[in-house]
Amino acid sequence: MSVLIFADAADGQIKKSSLEAITYGVDLAQKIGATASALVLGKVTDDLSALGKYGINKVYHIADEKYNQLDARLYTKAIASVVSTSGTQVLILCNNLTGKSVAPRLSVALKAGLVTGASGLPDTSNGFVVKKAVFSGKAYANIKIPTATKIIAISPNSYKTVAGEGKAEVIAAVGSDIAPQVKVTSTQKVTGQVPLSEAELVVSGGRGLKGPENWGMVEDLAGLIGAATACSRAVADAHWRPHHEHVGQTGGSIAPNLYLAIGISGAIQHLAGVNRSKVIVVINKDPEAPFFKAADYGIVGDAFEVVPKLIDAVKQFKGVA
Amino acid sequence: MKILVCISKTPDTTAKIAFADNNTKFAQDGVQWIINPYDEWYALVRAIELKEKDPSTIIHLLNVGGADTEPIIRKALALGGDEAIRVNTEVSDSYYIAAQIAAIAKEGYDLVLTGKETIDYNGSSIGGMVSELLDINYVSLATKLELNGSTVTLNREIEGGEETCEAPLPLVVSCQKGMAEQRIPNMKGIMGARTKPLKVVEPIAADILTSIVSFELPPAKAGVKLISPDNPGELVKLLHEEAKVI
Ligand SMILES: Cc1cc2nc3c(=O)[nH]c(=O)nc-3n(C[C@H](O)[C@H](O)[C@H](O)COP(=O)(O)OP(=O)(O)OC[C@H]3O[C@@H](n4cnc5c(N)ncnc54)[C@H](O)[C@@H]3O)c2cc1C
Repeated sequence: MSVLIFADAADGQIKKSSLEAITYGVDLAQKIGATASALVLGKVTDDLSALGKYGINKVYHIADEKYNQLDARLYTKAIASVVSTSGTQVLILCNNLTGKSVAPRLSVALKAGLVTGASGLPDTSNGFVVKKAVFSGKAYANIKIPTATKIIAISPNSYKTVAGEGKAEVIAAVGSDIAPQVKVTSTQKVTGQVPLSEAELVVSGGRGLKGPENWGMVEDLAGLIGAATACSRAVADAHWRPHHEHVGQTGGSIAPNLYLAIGISGAIQHLAGVNRSKVIVVINKDPEAPFFKAADYGIVGDAFEVVPKLIDAVKQFKGVA
Repeated sequence: MKILVCISKTPDTTAKIAFADNNTKFAQDGVQWIINPYDEWYALVRAIELKEKDPSTIIHLLNVGGADTEPIIRKALALGGDEAIRVNTEVSDSYYIAAQIAAIAKEGYDLVLTGKETIDYNGSSIGGMVSELLDINYVSLATKLELNGSTVTLNREIEGGEETCEAPLPLVVSCQKGMAEQRIPNMKGIMGARTKPLKVVEPIAADILTSIVSFELPPAKAGVKLISPDNPGELVKLLHEEAKVI
């Protein structure tokens, strides 16, 4: 048996979410008595043999620069060929942009059952059953994959990376000779901020903050603890904040370790995108706000008084006061 | 330009999520159904905008589902689109559904649009599967789409931002926020939708690669611990010592 983890990179480095996928794949391999290998596409600056410290034996590397941009069709052909030549039974990806673009294509190319957004190791006591969040985090489904080759795309931030010692063997592999057709012409990155999809801590603001001019304290608090910022749909619709910060049923779905919501009522559609967060803190002046029912910690109070005090308390805690 | 917009039916966003038959089925009693918001607000509205710019554009809506999805299809037609096709089957495996869509999409569409995912199964798989079945390009999680002749310029989400890319037609795109703004159907649209063609076709034979064994609800929260607004230091302490998140 063998498990292959497709680890994608950005700016020459393996993404944090793919390191989580690697740990997941290594744990799965151990569980089913298989070996775990990784596959990396494109030129990278990371030393790939260092993936050995996560428990990887072999790293297949197709070092062609054309893979430094995402072309789902091209990626699929390359990954599918390594799956076939390496005799892989279970392919693991992270359910990020790359995973969402290529995992479904691979499912077709390999005739392999796919579960996207998986949140735990499969149950192998009766077949091969993978748990995933459904109804935008309001429930879970257990899904059976009966096909010989199986694909799992795990949710970012749902599995903790564990590093130890070790060195992996890096094997140069060749991709397909077709040329990319999807060409990236420019990127617009929000610099200096933790990407929301990968963030462990998130500070989020709602309409209770009254206007975009009041986001300074949200950003200050987020900056202090190294958190990403998010917002409710009402806020994104009013163009107070950019669209990619919108979380909820019709925005991003996130599962950080901490979700701190300021001036957000906690409508069912908002909760849908954030209720997989491990710890939820709510600051709202209305004690009846529905969000308190979904929260672990809460402060009933005016954000404009509470948040500056909270910032001072965090500064004191961090010793930066 | 011929555009195929894939439309699916999902429970209303406020629907109570409960399960029946020993937690093997979604309990549908009293549930209101809507067009999957990503399909409606982004994929369909963007297609309509393209037709408004170039009236020779043809938009077909496609649903894979039972007869009970017809009210949803009519609602989508009230927003826009020339005609609709329903593939008459109720199977919920993504591969099976994608195979039905691909069988229709291969009949000469330039652009196939889907929502980025459905809000019930959150699979985010159909568009990618269709593109592979047709061996054409796929751009997922797109926030912007412009046509220039036979090239499409798109923005798509990446970690911490967006990137702009170009792809040739034919193309499959999964759409999300940013692409267009939600619209409300007007009276003329609603009246017109009644007489637009809605063709029902039978499914092709296709494999099923996965099956749902059971559903479960997340464990309930223990209840909120309230902290005095005058003492946020207590919150910092709890987050550090008890929750261990900072
Ligand atoms: C189909 C559909 C899909 C949707 N999808 C989403 C989604 O994906 N994400 C999403 O967020 N919403 C979504 N919504 C909208 C959702 O129903 C709510 O309308 C929205 O989340 C409300 O945003 P809010 O909490 O910021 O604003 P409000 O509901 O206006 O709440 C503001 C809150 O701030 C509090 N407040 C006011 N002043 C202060 C103060 N000084 N200090 C502290 N607290 C204060 C108030 O007590 C209130 O609780 C969707 C709705 C529909 C119908």
